Amino acid sequence: MSEILLQIDGKKVKAAKAMTILDAAQSAGIFIPTLCHREKLEPYGACRICIVEAEVRGRKNLVVACLYPVQPDLVVTTRSEKIDAIRKMILELMLAHAPDAEDLQALAKEYGADKARFDKESSFCILCGLCVRYCNEVKKKNAIAFVERGAKREIAFIPEIAAKECWDCKECFPLCPTEALQAAYVLTEALSFPRQK
Amino acid sequence: MPKINSAVELEAFRKGLLSKKDPLKPCIAVCSGTSCLSLGNDSVIRAFEEEIKKRSLGSKVDLRVTGCHGFCEKGPLVVIHPEEICYVEVKPGDVPEIVAQTVIKKKVIDRLIYSNPGTGVKAAHCAEIPFYAKQMRHLMGNNSRIDPKSIDEYIEHGGYAALSKALFEMSPVQVLEEIKKANLRGRGGGGFPAGLKWETARNAPGEEKYVIVNGHEGEPGAFMDRALFAGNPHSVLEGLIIGAYAIGSHRGFIYTRHDSPQLRNHIALALAKAEEYGFLGENILGSGFSFTVEVHLDIGIFVSGESSALMRSIEGKTPEPRPKYIRTSVSGVWDRPTNLNNVETWANVPQIIDKGVEWYTRIGTEKSKGTKLISLSGNVVNTGIVEVPFGTTLREIVYDIGGGIPKGKKLKAVHFGGPMGGSIPASLIDTPLDFDALAKLGAPIGAGGLLVLDEDANMVDVTRFFLGFLSNESCGKCVPCREGIRQMLKIVTRISEGKGRKGDIELLEEIAAMAGTASLCALGKTASDPLLSTLRYFRGEYENNIVRE
Repeated sequence: MSEILLQIDGKKVKAAKAMTILDAAQSAGIFIPTLCHREKLEPYGACRICIVEAEVRGRKNLVVACLYPVQPDLVVTTRSEKIDAIRKMILELMLAHAPDAEDLQALAKEYGADKARFDKESSFCILCGLCVRYCNEVKKKNAIAFVERGAKREIAFIPEIAAKECWDCKECFPLCPTEALQAAYVLTEALSFPRQK
Repeated sequence: MPKINSAVELEAFRKGLLSKKDPLKPCIAVCSGTSCLSLGNDSVIRAFEEEIKKRSLGSKVDLRVTGCHGFCEKGPLVVIHPEEICYVEVKPGDVPEIVAQTVIKKKVIDRLIYSNPGTGVKAAHCAEIPFYAKQMRHLMGNNSRIDPKSIDEYIEHGGYAALSKALFEMSPVQVLEEIKKANLRGRGGGGFPAGLKWETARNAPGEEKYVIVNGHEGEPGAFMDRALFAGNPHSVLEGLIIGAYAIGSHRGFIYTRHDSPQLRNHIALALAKAEEYGFLGENILGSGFSFTVEVHLDIGIFVSGESSALMRSIEGKTPEPRPKYIRTSVSGVWDRPTNLNNVETWANVPQIIDKGVEWYTRIGTEKSKGTKLISLSGNVVNTGIVEVPFGTTLREIVYDIGGGIPKGKKLKAVHFGGPMGGSIPASLIDTPLDFDALAKLGAPIGAGGLLVLDEDANMVDVTRFFLGFLSNESCGKCVPCREGIRQMLKIVTRISEGKGRKGDIELLEEIAAMAGTASLCALGKTASDPLLSTLRYFRGEYENNIVRE
């Protein structure tokens, strides 16, 4: 496979053709924050926290590292005032849902995000989709899915599938950066297939 | 009907049709656009049918149920050809008199013609009505002349001549160059040059390529595409086939609304007839070029009109946008090069090929060529569908064509482009209709929905309405769009209730900047446009609702 030469934060990086900026950065030991990204899953591009600046032939654009394909002579900047400001607000928007999530708090510290900037939202879920995608892509069970769209979007277990598949799996639980997933599961279980005690 | 197998056969067929036509034979054209339908035109049509039968006029008079004429405010509309006498707000009870007086005796019925509510001046013929007089109806004109269900009538009016010219007198590259030289810009919102997009798709690697008509038109306040598509479906289809030939595509898709039965029926019929006549399918007109089209229906989600979401929908997946770091013209439906244009863009193609670049580029401004369809609505006397050359001022559209503001009220603003568009104040009403001029002012044309707002309009409420719409219609996948809109809506709502907090306006601007940059697709990127334009021109309305400490 032909190698592509690009630059990340002033460092020359070699990458393979099918790689994204995030792949290339990780292979070179350069850190870019991620939330909805997991190696085993298809790139998703929903949280946007991995936003970086990509310069191609003199044109600069803000793009998400987990999706943007590498190309020759690409110049990537992973931190700047503009990038940090966007990451800060993205974190603040998510912290309105999950102020106590550890992953978010760690990043909030780095970017100076204020967890009380926006009024607390009722749902803990930040809709990173890790559970939905893991169940779909890795387990191929689709026991959990997104329902509705826009501001009403949420995750929901499909009771008929969950009753059969989830009791001895629960592999999605540790993926969840908040408590929303377990709450959704417990609720579904209680309503639809209560355990015999 | 045997297939037409060559350019010569097509012209012979056209001549045959025209020779059977008596140009002086009276024809009653009843508008059957959505608005006239809802105003009860079906009873008018039935009354004409009965009257013609009663008087045994079947062989002497044609009754034609046509597509939308555009003057929605005054429907049901009836036009008597060949004189083009226009009757407005026609009731079934008027029908016997129309037949007796106008169709037979060629007399104009005074009480049924248009009367200018401002001046009282009356106008009997379509061309004299101020609403039509300043328009240039190159795309919409045939809507009142042909039956959208009749391919023969489209052919009588020169239909498929451009396709024949492209297939037999031009190479695909020549067609492409014509569209580039004409500087046809996409009418769906972005104003991106169609020729460049075609070229990218044509040159993209891969044998299998697709072309798509985006007939989704989900934007509130936009209703011109369905009028054009339902009223003259072959004009869009002909453009699509020509585009497919230029791009090297043999498979096309029409993506349109599930909730408009008339539109669906007219498209289905047009496709069936085009195939029967040899304009679609194998070896079109004997040229060796083959092309088929299938129809896909939306599921009532606004964002499925976004090109990448639309393509996922065609693939049978959830219509969620995907990032376009690799353009859809290179990797679209099933990762194959896919060229998407909207209804109006495709409909421009046949006239460019037929009449030439010279003719086309004389219309419009330096960088916006041709005509533009506008859906005119809101606080304006004449609502309806307007077609004007680019360069027409907004004043001409709102006052001369639109008849101004009802009830003697003052104009406050015009809003272009629906929930992802912008408002400009009355003081800028002399701005010409131009992609770039309006984008610069923060009110990009979008698809062409023009909402007129009078002095009573509250711009904070207008913004709140659009944000509320988008809050429901965002796909909800990415944080900047979903959460950004959620928070902007909350803040604008409290401001509209007079409970704005200190720093709210600055916070709105910060969220808008973040969402405008970091969102995954154009919906999130432009969701704050109405907010930003109203903050730009009507900031005081926000400031007045911030609680002082």
